[in-house]
Amino acid sequence: MMPRRIASRTLIYLILILASAFFLLPIYLMLLTGVKPFAEVDLKTMWNLPSSLHIENFIAAWAQLAPNLKNSLILVIPESILSSLLGSLNGYLLSKWRFKNSNLIFTLILFGMFIPYQSILIPLVKFMDFIQLYGGLPGLVFVHIIYGIPITTLIFRNYYAGISTEMLEAGRIDGASLTGLYRFLILPLSAPSFAVVIIWQFTQAWNDFLFAVILTNQAYWPVTVALNNLAGSQLVQWNVLMAATLLAALPTLLVYLLLGRFFVRGLMAGSLKG
Amino acid sequence: MFKNFTFKPRILITAIVLLVVGVAGLYYFTHSKLMIGSFDVTSLGILVAGLVMYSAIPVAMTMIGNETYLSIVLMLPSIAAVAIFVYGFIAWSVRVSFSNWKGLIPNYTFVGFKQYIILFSNDPRFMIDLRNTAVFTVGFILGCLIIGLGLAILLDQKIKGENLFRGIFLLPMSISFIASGVVWSWLMSSATGSRITGINLIFKSLGLNGLISLWHTTPQPWGMAFTIIPAVWQLAGYTMAMYLGGMRSISDDLREAARVDGASEFEIYRYVILPLLQPITLSAVIILGHMSLKIFDLIVALGRGDIRLDVPGIYMWTTTFSGNNYAQGAAIGILMLVGVAVLVIPYLVQNMRTETQV
Amino acid sequence: MLVASLLLAACGTPTAAPTTPPAETTQPPAETTQAPTEAPTTVQTGGEVEIFSWWVGPGEADGLAAMVKVFNADYPQYTFVNAAVAGGAGSNAKAVLATRLQAGNPPDSWQAHAGQETIANYVAAGQVQPLDDFFASTGFASVLPATLIPLISANGHPYSVPVNIHRSNVMWYNPSVVQAAGVTIPAGGFTTWDDFFAACEKIKATGKVCLSMGNEGFTAMHLFENVMIGTIGADKWNGLWLPTPTTDWAGADVTAGLANYAKALSYVNSDAATLSDWQPASKMVADGDAAFNIMGDWAYGYFANPDPNGLALTPHTQFDWSPVPGTQGIFVFLSDSFVKPIGNKNPEGTMAWLTVAASKAGQEAFNPLKGSICARTDCDKSLFSEYSQGAMADWLSNTVVGSLTHGVVAAPAWQTTIDTALKLFIASDLGTKAQSDFQAALVAACKSDGTCQ
Repeated sequence: MMPRRIASRTLIYLILILASAFFLLPIYLMLLTGVKPFAEVDLKTMWNLPSSLHIENFIAAWAQLAPNLKNSLILVIPESILSSLLGSLNGYLLSKWRFKNSNLIFTLILFGMFIPYQSILIPLVKFMDFIQLYGGLPGLVFVHIIYGIPITTLIFRNYYAGISTEMLEAGRIDGASLTGLYRFLILPLSAPSFAVVIIWQFTQAWNDFLFAVILTNQAYWPVTVALNNLAGSQLVQWNVLMAATLLAALPTLLVYLLLGRFFVRGLMAGSLKG
Repeated sequence: MFKNFTFKPRILITAIVLLVVGVAGLYYFTHSKLMIGSFDVTSLGILVAGLVMYSAIPVAMTMIGNETYLSIVLMLPSIAAVAIFVYGFIAWSVRVSFSNWKGLIPNYTFVGFKQYIILFSNDPRFMIDLRNTAVFTVGFILGCLIIGLGLAILLDQKIKGENLFRGIFLLPMSISFIASGVVWSWLMSSATGSRITGINLIFKSLGLNGLISLWHTTPQPWGMAFTIIPAVWQLAGYTMAMYLGGMRSISDDLREAARVDGASEFEIYRYVILPLLQPITLSAVIILGHMSLKIFDLIVALGRGDIRLDVPGIYMWTTTFSGNNYAQGAAIGILMLVGVAVLVIPYLVQNMRTETQV
Repeated sequence: MLVASLLLAACGTPTAAPTTPPAETTQPPAETTQAPTEAPTTVQTGGEVEIFSWWVGPGEADGLAAMVKVFNADYPQYTFVNAAVAGGAGSNAKAVLATRLQAGNPPDSWQAHAGQETIANYVAAGQVQPLDDFFASTGFASVLPATLIPLISANGHPYSVPVNIHRSNVMWYNPSVVQAAGVTIPAGGFTTWDDFFAACEKIKATGKVCLSMGNEGFTAMHLFENVMIGTIGADKWNGLWLPTPTTDWAGADVTAGLANYAKALSYVNSDAATLSDWQPASKMVADGDAAFNIMGDWAYGYFANPDPNGLALTPHTQFDWSPVPGTQGIFVFLSDSFVKPIGNKNPEGTMAWLTVAASKAGQEAFNPLKGSICARTDCDKSLFSEYSQGAMADWLSNTVVGSLTHGVVAAPAWQTTIDTALKLFIASDLGTKAQSDFQAALVAACKSDGTCQ
């Protein structure tokens, strides 16, 4: 038994390491390009090490991104928290309180996910202007939350679908109300799905360019607009662009690592049907 | 609805306080500015005040025993928002797609299905788009599901450094498409001879000459299939996180029970865990599907205008904002939605039926 | 939350578009000799001036900053707001602008290519105002080349203020690659595309790529316009775009141009589609992997500028240039210009910005950094690079024709239809059948624009 177990453990680690190599290869290339001088950025020699480390690319990239960093944080933090709470509430109501036509409502909400945002920009801007939320960050937070409703509702609903109804019934017999069950039974069980949803919403809002550039004034542009400006000018400094991309990815990465603790196994014995 | 009414003074007071605070907040923020440092957060204040005011309703409703009404009240803001921001705007788009709006002046003259007929009768580009979307969607969803599930199972084996591996697999998701498309176009360079580079150069130096590929410049439809690689690279980690989240909510007792019954690890996954993960798979398919049908940034950055890799999202964007042909752009957008409806809704309905039977 | 916003709408107090308070000054505007004389109904002596452009990169952003410096010195009462969004992938800048215009929220001025991009778009939609008074009071027309004025005018009224001129028809080459293949480029460039193809055969024999090209974002159309003009000449090129075309889109001239285009594409690097932009294609020339590259004169800065912004190559020895084959004495141009919107927040600020953009000081500050030449003809030559000085001389002596790729000759809708046809052609086998299909698509594009009957 033991040698077989060692062999299978080795195999698992081997596969994980190989997979990591695949996931890291493009990041490595970004890092490599990010420390090269401009003249050495070349397709043919992309794998060559730089003649000298050009950390100033990162400084130049930071100078480009820094003014917009605060805007991004103000956008993303309330957005991801509110959005996941709303999604959790919706998911709970739609999976455990199946009122009349709740499946139809769920389907209609879900369909909103597929709307191609590029095709509704004009009515969106007009409507946001009408409700006086055009131009600033709150409006952008608002729009991200709304367009996040389908996806957050979906993830939570399908996650809660796995929680046994018997447990809720038991709670009800003990006299817990709709809100009570949510607070004391559902919410404590939701940690992994909160991690999954916050990862999604945080990344979407952080990396969103389209809504940001269309819905906010220049003073409130988040980092993606600066990043896009690095990538889309007539002459592109690939080295600075790569440095900026890595810098812009850091907060998201930090969130992924912080949320890692929510991926704990077996939260509550017998919580899932089976 | 009032037969279950029970008067609870504490709840009534809470509701009244919420109402008053909300109304006062709304009044205050609409009449004077709220500044935090140099930031004008007035509209944020209005949002919060409105939310506080609205919350008075569900709080008051807890006094009425009818929890169906309560759940509807709690859902109502989401439903209203989706009604306007999704269906209201789709209605606008439908109207434009039946019009003749070309140029910067809105022109809602009704011309029936003209824009749709143009797309289907005499538009080779749209046909390329349809084929590419099909190839991309199938490959992307399957790729992410298989790799994501595989990685999740591996990480579920009480691995040392799980946090690190999870971070690595999620890492690509944090990279914006703008830059990852560029890097992948370098990696998948099809240059030959002395200019050979990218992954092909790695293959060559490893002596794996047989693996050297033209990548996304391979004759179609296989070229399109290669664009799946960067997309899977970016989203497989997220699929893994979804599966892992699901697996972690399955209690250890269940696995133990199966083990006691003599099931092997493989059998536990096959017969215990995977069936329980079915709703997660549904979420993943829908999330990946919505990305692939709308895919835009990645192909823009990777294909850089190569029409062989064109997708409806790019065509719609070009038609609308470069060509100012708003009517036809809207028609492409609506067709994308109809395509989704045709593909997704039967699947959803089927899934819900089986769910309610369980 | 929605309820909250609806309530807000009901309250109707504007709160969500925050602006910093206008920088009030007691001094009247610093009047220059070129100050606007139009009498506005409401005189606003300050505030923010939001200028929308796609100048975000090295060189162009520096040029814009230099021009803003002139603006701040001349008009200290205004605050310049730089709403620059990259044009690049997906033409973001134009989408942002189009959305803002649709929503009735225009910036105080925006960048538009001089020519049909301005006339067929913004003028036709009634989103910009004529600048007759401005041109009259500043005498701007007298310092502009005569060829340029009709291109920025509709029904005899000028509508935009051109700031710079770029040249599209430049052939960059690597002297040592060309020499090693035994090719000599006649002074003034190849006179026909056949001469160029003969040279390509020699270069191919040395194992190098003859003509480098980037992806199909715009470089393919850029090559297309250059091959076409080099084949059919300036007059027939202009004839394609007249309100009633005098050059037949279905005729033999266009057929010959397309045949040359197909042949030119056959000498292009096989990985063109995977190159991320025009830069890697120019880099192939710099590295000696390719002999020629056809690209606008913004490539000069990339070749010659020192490190963070360029490759620091020496002109004439490490890289060189000549007109595109068949385009001697022709200057294919594009020009960036600024317009006067209708319904923007700060109309006085608009006039202040246009005054600076039209001024000698403004253009002399902007263009040397951008790598373009002044739209004005009276700029100080000594401020410019060797290449630009040559371009300034050519601009005055050559036959000037407009670029298709960069918005001069065709309305955006027409250009987009041509672009689709062009991309479908490149995706084909380039054979005679594909060429005639392409020509048929070009004829159809002209018809759908309404120009051809």
